[in-house]
Parts: sequence; C-alpha cells; structure tokens
Amino acid sequence: MNSVLHRRANWVIVLTYVVALLLSIWPLPDWAEPFRPAWLLLATVFWCLFLPNRVGLLVTFCAGILLDTLTGSLLGEHALALLLVAWITLKLHLQIRVYPWWQQTLVVLLLMLLYTFVLFWIDGMLGFSLGALLRWMPVLITTLLWPWTAQLLGMLQQRFQVS
Amino acid sequence: MLRLHRLQRAPRLFTPNPAGALRTLLLIAACILLMFYDHQRGHLARVHAALSTVVYPIQAAVNAPYALADWAGEKLATHGTLVRDNATMHRQLLTDAAQLQQFQALAQENARLRDLLQAGKRVDGHVMAATLLAVDMDPFRHVMTLDKGTRAGVFDGQTLLDARGIVGQIIRADPWSSEAALITDPNQAIPVQVNRTGLRTLAVGGVDVNALSLPYLANNADVQVGDLLVTSGLGGRYPAGYPVAVVTRVQRNPAEPFASVSARPVAELNGGHAVLLFFPAVAPPSPPPPPERKVKTPPRKKPR
Repeated sequence: MNSVLHRRANWVIVLTYVVALLLSIWPLPDWAEPFRPAWLLLATVFWCLFLPNRVGLLVTFCAGILLDTLTGSLLGEHALALLLVAWITLKLHLQIRVYPWWQQTLVVLLLMLLYTFVLFWIDGMLGFSLGALLRWMPVLITTLLWPWTAQLLGMLQQRFQVS
Repeated sequence: MLRLHRLQRAPRLFTPNPAGALRTLLLIAACILLMFYDHQRGHLARVHAALSTVVYPIQAAVNAPYALADWAGEKLATHGTLVRDNATMHRQLLTDAAQLQQFQALAQENARLRDLLQAGKRVDGHVMAATLLAVDMDPFRHVMTLDKGTRAGVFDGQTLLDARGIVGQIIRADPWSSEAALITDPNQAIPVQVNRTGLRTLAVGGVDVNALSLPYLANNADVQVGDLLVTSGLGGRYPAGYPVAVVTRVQRNPAEPFASVSARPVAELNGGHAVLLFFPAVAPPSPPPPPERKVKTPPRKKPR
C-alpha cells in the first residue's frame, strides 16, 4: 500500500461524513422528522469497523461536535453518544467484522439502542423528555438501513482503495 | 530522510489498540465538561461562534435547493402571474392603507390616554428581514437557524415576527447565523392576553409544532374558541400587542382545577421563509407634539 494512495483516499472518508451531516439536517416534512435515521452513527460504525486504525475516537468526537452544532443540541451530547458507540465498535471490531450481515445488523441494533438511550437520558435531564415513544423510531429505521449502507460504503471503499 | 524512514517501517500486523482506555476516558470527560459548560448559556459563546462558522457551509448547502427554487420561481414567473400578483398586492396595499389611516389617529389617542393614566409609553421598534434556513434541527424541539447573526445586530432574546404574528425568540446569536426557538418549543412560554377580555396568562409549547397550550386558565375563565391571543408584554421579552395564536379548543373538566385550552399559532412556523427581527427602540421614533396642558411624567423604562 503506497502512501500517496493512502493520503488521496482521505476525501472518501471525509465525504461520507459530510454527506451524513447533510442528511442529518435535510428538511423533512413534519410527520417524518422523528423517523430520521442516525446517519452519522452508520458512518461511524462502518469506518470504525473496517478502518479502525484511521477512523477512531478523535474523528468520532469531532463529527459528533459538528452534529451537535448543526442540530442545536447541547455541545457534546451527540459526541458522547457516538463516542460510546465507536468505543464498543473498536473494541469488538475483529469479531463484528466476520459476522454474517444479519448478525452485524443485530449489533447495529444494540449500538443504536445505546445511542438513543444516551441521547434520551441527557435530554431527560435537561427537561426535553417529550415524545418518548417517537424517540425509538429511528432505532428501527437506522438498523434496517445498515445492510444497504454497509454495502454502499464497502463498494466505495473498494472502488477508491481506501485502506 | 524522514520520509524514507517512514516508508521503510514495516507494516504492523496488529495495530495498537485504537480504543485505548486513556484516550477514551479523556474524550468522554471532554464531552461531559462541554455539556456542563454549554448548559450554562454564554460560557461557550466563542466556541459556539467558531463551530457555527465551520458548519455554516453545510447549512447553506442544505438550504441551497430551496433558495434556488425560490430564485428560479422569481426569475421564471410569467407575465400573467406577475400582473396578477401585482394586482393582488395593490388591492392589499389599499386595504392596509385605509386601515392605517385609522391607526394613526388611534395611536395618538392611545398615547394621550396613557399619558393621562401616567402609564409608560409603549415600546416601539423597527424590524429587519431575515430568513429561516430550511434545515431541520432537533426533532423534539422546535428550533430554527436564521441566516443573520451578531454581525447584523442580532442579539440574544430578540423577538422574531412574521407578517401574521410572533414566531419565537433568538436563543443563541453567532456571528453569521443564529438559533431561534419557536413559541411552540417545549421549553418556551410566552406571556399572552386574550384580546377580547384582556385576561392574561401564559402559552407554553409542546411536541406539536402547530399547537400551544394554555395550562393556567381556571375552569371559569372567560375564554372561547376563536379568541385571539396577543402578547401581553409582561416579562419584558416580547413586545406587547402582537398576535400570537387563536384558541382552537376549550375543555372544562370540573374535576380539574384548570381548563385544558389549546391554541394554534397565527404565524407560519415552518422553515424556508422570511421572518422579521424586532429591534425595540430605546426612545419612540417620533413622539407626537405634546398638548399644551399635558402633565409631564418621567417615562418609565419598562413597558407597563
């Protein structure tokens, strides 16, 4: 693996993060807003799983802070939830990587539950605990999106030799 | 030399643990500290200003298709549409002008009466147009991004209006953009009064972006479906006398101490449209010439 290719392929990773952030604030109709998938979580889990030595906790932290700024939530709220998800993914990446796709999806379901729980918990402490049932909707949708996202990002990774 | 050295280094089979305990704990501690200080508004104003500048391109990119559609709609409007719009606006202008004639006289009379009552002058002000960017933020709060910031004079707590009524207030002003909480945000309450009776109460937000609730009205309070709620000006945050909402439901349950009343905001609260930022004037712009026998009273600072 030569280093020129190494450096050039950085933009693929950055691009996926930017797209995830764009999708996180893309205007949806009012009824669809609570169903918005956690795009940044999908990107984080994918890169932490397949490129753990390039995308780690620091990148996750920065992306989380940017998401906090974009969504107007407490600075560090999404960052903390994403950090926990990234940490678990990094710890277990060698195991999760060899799982069949449906087991990977189950892992994403658990990670997404943790992510939602942490956000709900912090919001609850701040007094934004309304819409309790709707909060769990993104869990299902994000989990269902994982196989497709993983497929797409895997194709991107191969096409542009990101390693 | 350095480069050579790097290339010669053999790739390691087992990379060092990317999730080291120290790094993890440090970053988590950083998050908690950030949240702690951000919760006390104002402590992280500079950090926020910097971050909001970093993410502004992303917000602008998301808003771009909507801005483009607006622009294209303007450029590609047909002659017929323009003529029709123009005619509608002329009619509207004529109606408004006719109503304004009365308003001048009423305003003068009101000022005179308030002087007689030795009440302070109403806060007047001017407005500046801004646009709510078409970006979605936290789905469980009703917060919007505005395309104007402190560079344009926006400040914390500033009132946001549109052509029909109160939209919300600024909760964070950054250099190039600012964050506004709509009146329907679960964390917001606005002091209102029923226009018909002058009954004062609070309207608070909730989950629904199209509803306000009035939880502090007694069961025997004189309030009906269709009543207009206007700002009362109490608290000094919102200017007095602007329309806020129309009562849509009144439910009186004798078992409960308070009636359950909800109202629909009159302003358009969705993103992607123009709003007005309200600048309260320190002194009224052009006070009417005082009558001869007027008793001079020192104007109070607070409205009411």
